[in-house]
Amino acid sequence: MKTFKIGGVHPAENKFSADQAIEVLELPKQVAIPIAQSLGAPSKAVVKKGDEVKVGQVIAKGEAFISSNIHSSVSGKVLKVDEIMDQSGYRRPAVIITVNGDEWDESIDRSEELKTDINLSKEDIIKRIHEMGIVGLGGATFPSHVKLMIPDGKKAEILIINGVECEPYLTADHRLMLEKADEMMIGIQILMKGLEVDKAIIGVENNKPDAIAHLKNLCAKYSGISIEALKVQYPQGGEKQLIDACLGRQVPSGKLPIEVGAVVNNVGTAFAVYEAVQKNKPLIERVVTITGKSLKQPGNYMVRIGTSVNELIEKAGGLPEDTAKVVSGGPMMGKALNAVDVPVVKGTSGILLFKEEEARRVEPTNCIRCAKCITVCPMGLEPILIAQYAENEMFENVENERAMDCIECGSCQYTCPAARPLLDYIRLGKFKVGQIIRNRSKK
Amino acid sequence: MNDVIIYAVVSLSLIGAAAAIVLYFVAQKFKVIEDPKIDEVEEALPAANCGGCGFPGCRGFAEALVKSANEKQSIEGFNCPVGGNDTMAVSAAILGLVAEEKEPQIAVIRCSGSRENAPVKINYDGPATCAFAHNLSSGESGCPYGCLGCGDCVTACDFDAIYMDEITGLPVVKDNCVACGACVTACPRDIIELRNKGKKDRRIFVSCINEEKGGPAKKNCKVACIGCSKCFKICPFDAITMNNNLAYIDYEKCKLCRKCVVECPTSAIHELNFPPRKEKKEKPSSTKATDGKPAAKEVPKKEVKVTEGAKPAVEKPSSAKASEDKEESKETKKE
Repeated sequence: MKTFKIGGVHPAENKFSADQAIEVLELPKQVAIPIAQSLGAPSKAVVKKGDEVKVGQVIAKGEAFISSNIHSSVSGKVLKVDEIMDQSGYRRPAVIITVNGDEWDESIDRSEELKTDINLSKEDIIKRIHEMGIVGLGGATFPSHVKLMIPDGKKAEILIINGVECEPYLTADHRLMLEKADEMMIGIQILMKGLEVDKAIIGVENNKPDAIAHLKNLCAKYSGISIEALKVQYPQGGEKQLIDACLGRQVPSGKLPIEVGAVVNNVGTAFAVYEAVQKNKPLIERVVTITGKSLKQPGNYMVRIGTSVNELIEKAGGLPEDTAKVVSGGPMMGKALNAVDVPVVKGTSGILLFKEEEARRVEPTNCIRCAKCITVCPMGLEPILIAQYAENEMFENVENERAMDCIECGSCQYTCPAARPLLDYIRLGKFKVGQIIRNRSKK
Repeated sequence: MNDVIIYAVVSLSLIGAAAAIVLYFVAQKFKVIEDPKIDEVEEALPAANCGGCGFPGCRGFAEALVKSANEKQSIEGFNCPVGGNDTMAVSAAILGLVAEEKEPQIAVIRCSGSRENAPVKINYDGPATCAFAHNLSSGESGCPYGCLGCGDCVTACDFDAIYMDEITGLPVVKDNCVACGACVTACPRDIIELRNKGKKDRRIFVSCINEEKGGPAKKNCKVACIGCSKCFKICPFDAITMNNNLAYIDYEKCKLCRKCVVECPTSAIHELNFPPRKEKKEKPSSTKATDGKPAAKEVPKKEVKVTEGAKPAVEKPSSAKASEDKEESKETKKE
C-alpha cells in the first residue's frame, strides 16, 4: 500500500463521529462573518449598518489577485460592521447580521437535482470560482481560483484530490465523500476542465473502506478519475506528502506542487466548486465535525459561515463539565480557542473538546538525543536542531536548516519522549526568519 | 672552543639584525593607523557593552564617536545611556568638543493588567516566552495589547534592573535601569517605553497601550485606557494626544501637574515617586493658609524637641505662641 516515503506518525484515530450523517444545523439568530477569511489580501466590506441582505449576497469584495469574496450566509439586516473576537483570539473586522427568515438570492439554484453537464469554459470556471469565494477547505484557505491559474511555462498533468483526512477525530471529509460523492465527482471534473488535465486521483486513507468502495463504484461513471487507497499515516494530507504518496514525486524545497505537474485540492473544495459552478451557490456553508470524548452527541453538521461555535456545541449536547480545551481544527494542527463565542469560518474543519488529562501539556525534560523527531519529520528536517537554534535566537542558522520548509504538522512534538516544545520553537523561528526575509527583500 | 661560541653569537646577531631591518620595513608598510583617541574614549565609557547606544559594544561606540568628531566636528546624536551626561562630557572633552546635555531616561512599563485588574480567562501552557505567546493568542487576560507576563524583558536585561512581580504578574523596573533599550526591543507588544526620568524621578504616564474602543478594552481590564479624552481636555500644557482611542502623554511637554491623574476614570494614568497624595490637605493649605491643620502639624515636632531638651510642662495648648515661649525657655536654660 502506498504512502509517503519519509517520516510520519500514526496517532490514535478517535474518529467517533464517522457514522454520523451530515445534519443541517438550524439557522442561528445572529451571525458574525469575518471579512478576512482566506490567505492573501484582506477583503473590503461593501455593506453598511442597516442594509438588508439575502443569502448569497456579496458582503465583502476581494480585489487583489490572491483574495476572495465573502458572501452573506443568511438573510436579514446588517446590525453593524465592527471588530469582533475571531478564532485567533484577536479582534478583526466582521459583518454582524441579524437573521430574518431564509431568503436566498434568486440566481442560486436550490434544487436537489444533479447537474452533470459542464457548460462553462475554462476561463468562466475560474471566474465563477473567484466570484463565489471558493477557498481551499482543507484548512489553509488558499483561494482556489489562484490554484487553477497555472503560471506561464508550467503545465499541470494531474489533479490530486485530498480525501485523506489524516487528522485524528475529524470526519467531515469522510462523510462528504459518502453522502455527496456524485456532486464531488462533478466538481472534480470541473476542476479538471479548469486545469486542462485529463487525469485525477482521489487519495483516501484505508481507514475509510466504505468511502473507498463507494467512490470506486462511481469511478466507472466519471472518466479520468481514479481512487488511490493509501496507508494510514499522518501527515498524509499535507500537499507535498500526498503528491509523494500518489505519484512518487518529490516537490523541491521552496517550490509549489505545479513544479512536478500536480495540483492538489480538497474533497470539500471539489464539492464547493460543484455548487458554485453548477448551482451558482457561493461558499456560505461547510461541513464541520464536532467531537470529543465526553461530548454527548458527536456529529457532522452543515454549518452556515459565521455561526457561533457555541451554537454548534449546544447542538451537540452542550459543553461537557470536564472540558479543559476547545480546539478549532484537528488535534495535531488545530488551534485552541480563547472563547467559544467565535464564528465558524471557511477554514473551520472541526471543533474538538478535550478533557483536562488530554489537554494538559507534559512538563518538558532534557533532550535525550534519541533522534525520534528526525525520524518522523515528513520534510526530512532536524526539528531538535532548528528548535535549539530558535531558542538561542540564532535565526540565521534556523534559516539555513530549511526551517521555512516545515509544514508545522507537529509530528516531532507528538513523538518526543522528553515532551520538548519543538514545534513551538520552530514556529517562533519561522516567524523571525519570515521577518528577516521580508526585511531583506525590502533593501 | 671559543671560536664556536664567537661564530654562533656573531651569526645569530647578524640574522637577528637582518630580520629586524626586514620587520621594520614591513611594519612601516603595513602600519594600521588608529586614532589614539579611540582608546581614550573607550576608557571613559562604562564598558557595559550593552548596545544601548546602537553600536556593537563600547569599542564600536568609541570608534563611531571619534569618526564623527573627526569628520563632522560634532558628536550630535550620540548618547551613552548607561554613562549618561557625565560620560558623554568626559568623552567630548577628550575629543575637544562639548556634549549636549540629555535628560536621563528610564524604561517604563505601560501596562497595569495585573492578575487583579485583568483576570486570567484562558490558561496558556506553552513555552514561557512572550515572543511565542504573542504569536499564539491575545494572552491570558484576553487583552490583545497587554503584558503577557512571560518575562522576555527580564531575560533581555543585562543590568538586573527589571523583575517580575509575583503577585501582579507584571514586570517592575528598578531604579538602576540605564535605559539601554534591550527590554524595549525584547517586548513583542511594545509595552515598554523609554521616557525621561523627570525631576526627582517623578513621572506621569498612561499605563496602557490598548487601542480598542472603551467597551471591549474595559471588558478585559479594569484599568484600561478607554479613550474618553478627559485627560486630553483637562491638560493645560497640551502634553496629551489622543490616537486610536488611546491617550499618550508627551514627556517633553508634561509639567507634572497631575491633573490628568485625578481626572482619569479608570486610573490608567500613573504617577511615580510623587509624595503621598494629600488632596484634602494640600488644596486648603494653598487656598486658606490659616487653616488649623498645618499649624497642628508643626507643633508636635517642636514639642518633641522641647521634651528632649528640658522636659518642661506640656500642659499649655499647642499654638504658635506657646511653642515660641518654649523655645525661649530652652535657650535661656542652655545659657
